[in-house]
Amino acid sequence: MKLRKGIPVIDQGDKLGFWGGKFGGNFVPETLKKPIEDLEIQFNKLKEDKNFIRERNKYFKNWIGTPTRFIKLNKLTKHVGGAQIWSKVVSDANGGAHKIYNATVHCLLAKRSGKKVIIGDTGAGYAGKMLSMAAKKFGLKCKIFMGAKDIERQQPNVRAMKRNGADVIPVYSGSQTLVDAVSECMRYWVANCDTTAMCVGSTVGPAIFVRICGWSTSQISRELKTQLISEFGSIPKKLKLYNCVGGGSSSFGFWNEFMDYDKKQVEFIGVEAGGPSKSKKHAAPLTYGSKIGILHGAAQYVNQNSDGQIEETESISAGLDYPGISPLHCFLKDTKRARYTAASDEEALKAYKIVTKYEDLRPSLEPSHAFSVAIKEAKNLSKDTIVVINSCGDAYKDKKILEQKLGKKYA
Amino acid sequence: MLNPISLAFLKAKKENRPALITYTVAGDSSKKQSLEILKSISNYADILEVGVPHNTPVADGGQIQSSAYRAIKNGIRMNDIFKIVKDFKKSKYSKPIILMGYYNMIYQHGENKFLKNCKRSGVNGLIVVDLPWPENKIFSNKCKKNSINFIQLLSPTTSNKRLKCITKDSHDMIYYISMLSTTGGKLKVSPKKILQNYNKIKNISPKKNCVIGFGITEKTISKFKNTDGLVVGSQICKEITRSLNNRQNPVINVSKMVYKLKKKIS
Repeated sequence: MKLRKGIPVIDQGDKLGFWGGKFGGNFVPETLKKPIEDLEIQFNKLKEDKNFIRERNKYFKNWIGTPTRFIKLNKLTKHVGGAQIWSKVVSDANGGAHKIYNATVHCLLAKRSGKKVIIGDTGAGYAGKMLSMAAKKFGLKCKIFMGAKDIERQQPNVRAMKRNGADVIPVYSGSQTLVDAVSECMRYWVANCDTTAMCVGSTVGPAIFVRICGWSTSQISRELKTQLISEFGSIPKKLKLYNCVGGGSSSFGFWNEFMDYDKKQVEFIGVEAGGPSKSKKHAAPLTYGSKIGILHGAAQYVNQNSDGQIEETESISAGLDYPGISPLHCFLKDTKRARYTAASDEEALKAYKIVTKYEDLRPSLEPSHAFSVAIKEAKNLSKDTIVVINSCGDAYKDKKILEQKLGKKYA
Repeated sequence: MLNPISLAFLKAKKENRPALITYTVAGDSSKKQSLEILKSISNYADILEVGVPHNTPVADGGQIQSSAYRAIKNGIRMNDIFKIVKDFKKSKYSKPIILMGYYNMIYQHGENKFLKNCKRSGVNGLIVVDLPWPENKIFSNKCKKNSINFIQLLSPTTSNKRLKCITKDSHDMIYYISMLSTTGGKLKVSPKKILQNYNKIKNISPKKNCVIGFGITEKTISKFKNTDGLVVGSQICKEITRSLNNRQNPVINVSKMVYKLKKKIS
C-alpha cells in the first residue's frame, strides 16, 4: 500500500472508491447508488471549476472568517519546557469549530443541484449546529439526526440548532450516540433522496462524502502553511501536527497540505479517544488494533465483535465517540504516513485544566485529547521543534460536563 | 434440475398466483421461537427470507430494527442462525430459505466460510442489502459456483443502463424495491406506477423471477396479483412485537397473518 505524491489523497481512491485497495468504497443500498453517482459527478466537476472555487472562497472568507489564528502558546511552552507549542485556533471559525467548512460546501452543492432540504448527523452537535447555520444562510430546510444521549450532554449546541430553525430528531436506537445518528440519517436519505441532500458530518460514509469533507476541511492546512511560512520563512525542519481523531475530518484537513513532506520533517500525530481509563470501551480503533469492517457504507478499522456487530463506544467527548474511523486515516495509518495514539477521558480533562490555566484558550474536550499527548511529548522534544495542536472546537458546549468533572471554576 | 427457489416460483405460477415470500428475523424473539415461526408459516409461504440481525442497519425501518435489536439482545450469533436454518431444513427440506442481511456479517465470517456454512445448513439464496452491483460481482459469482442464488436488488432510482447490467448479472431471482423507503414504510407510490416499473424489468429480463418488496401488507398485497412474487416483512415483524406486548403467542398470530396474506393472492 502506497501513498502517492502530487495527487490529493482524496483523489487516490480506485474507481470503486477504495483507498489502498481496501478502505472506503460504497457499501450502500441500491437506492442510494444513483444519488451518490449524481453527487460524484457534480463534485468532480465543481472542484475543478474556478467560479465554484471563487464562490467557496468568498463564503469561507467573509462568512466563516478565514484565516483562523495561528498562535504561540508562550506560557504553556515555558511550563512544559521542551518544544515550542503553537496552536491553530480553528475554533475561531464562525460557529466555533471546523465543521463549518464541510457544512458550507454541502449547502453550496445542494443549492446548485436544486435540493430544498438538507439533512445531517451530529455527535457533539457541532456538525449539526454548523449545518443548521449554513442551511439557514443558503435558504435550505434542515433536519439534524442526533443520538438521545448526545442531545442530553450537548445542550448548548442543540439549542443553537433549534435557534437556526433546524428540526433536531432524537435517535433512540442502539447506543443513542453518533453511530446511531449516522445510521438514522442514512435511512432517512434512503427514503427521501429524490428531494433531499445529505451531509455526512465527518470524513466517513460512502466514498464521495469522505472526499467532499476532506476537500472542505483542507482549508485548515492551506491557511496553516501560509501562516508557518510567514512566521518562520519556510516550513520548519521539525514540525509536529497533533490533532484529535473521531471520524477524522479536522485532522485530515489539518494535515492535507503537508502530505508530500517527509514525515521526518512534518509528522502527523492523531489522537483517538481512549475512553474512561477504567473502562474497556473506547473509541480508538486505530490505536487498539480493531479489525477492518463495514460501517456506514465504508470499509474501515472499526470496533466490532467477531460476528461483525458494531460495538458500543465510550468517551467523554461526544465528537470522538464513534466506533469507526475515516478510510483516509486507515490509509494514512497503513502507509505509515501518520502515527496514531489515544488519550483517556482523564488525560483529556487534565490537559484541559493545564491549557486553560496557562493560556487564554478553551479547547473543547475533543482537542483536549490532542493537547494531552502533545504536552506529554513536547517535554522531550528539542526547542527548535514546532509542535502545533489543532484547537478545532470551543469548550462552551462542554460546560455541563466540565462543571461536573472539574467543578464550577472550569466551566 | 431446478433449484428450490425456481421450483417455488414455478409451483406458484401453476396455481396462477404470485409466490409469497415472508421475512422474519432469525432469533426473534428467541432462537427457539424464530424456528417455530419459520416452521409454522412455511405451511403458507413459498419462500422464507430469514433476516440476519445487524445493529447498524442503513436500510431498515423501525419494525425490522425492533426485531433485530430483540434478537441481538437475546444473544443470537451467526452460527446460531445457520443452526436455525439447518434445524428447519430437517423437516422442510424443499422449502427455500434466503438469508438477508448486511455485508459486514459475511465479511467477518469470511466469504468462503460463510458460503460453506450456507451450503451445509441448506441456505438457498442470499440478499445482501449493502453490497450493490458492481461491488458484488466477485461474491455473486462465488455464490453461483456454490449453487446459491445471489439476489440482486433494483430500485426506482436504478437507471435503465444499470438495470440492464444488473439483470444480466443476476441469477434466477431479482428483487424490486417498490419505492424510496426503508423497510416498513407506507406505500407512497401508486400500485400502478410500481407495476409499470415491474413490467419494465420483466421486459428487459422476462425469464428472471422478479419479486416486489417494501410496503407490501395485508392491505396492499392484492393489488399486485399479477407478479412473480411478493415480499412481506415489516408487517410480520410488527405482529411479533404486538403479540409479545400483549403476552400472546407470536407463532400463532404470525401464522394467521401469513395464512391471510396467502389467501389474498390465491
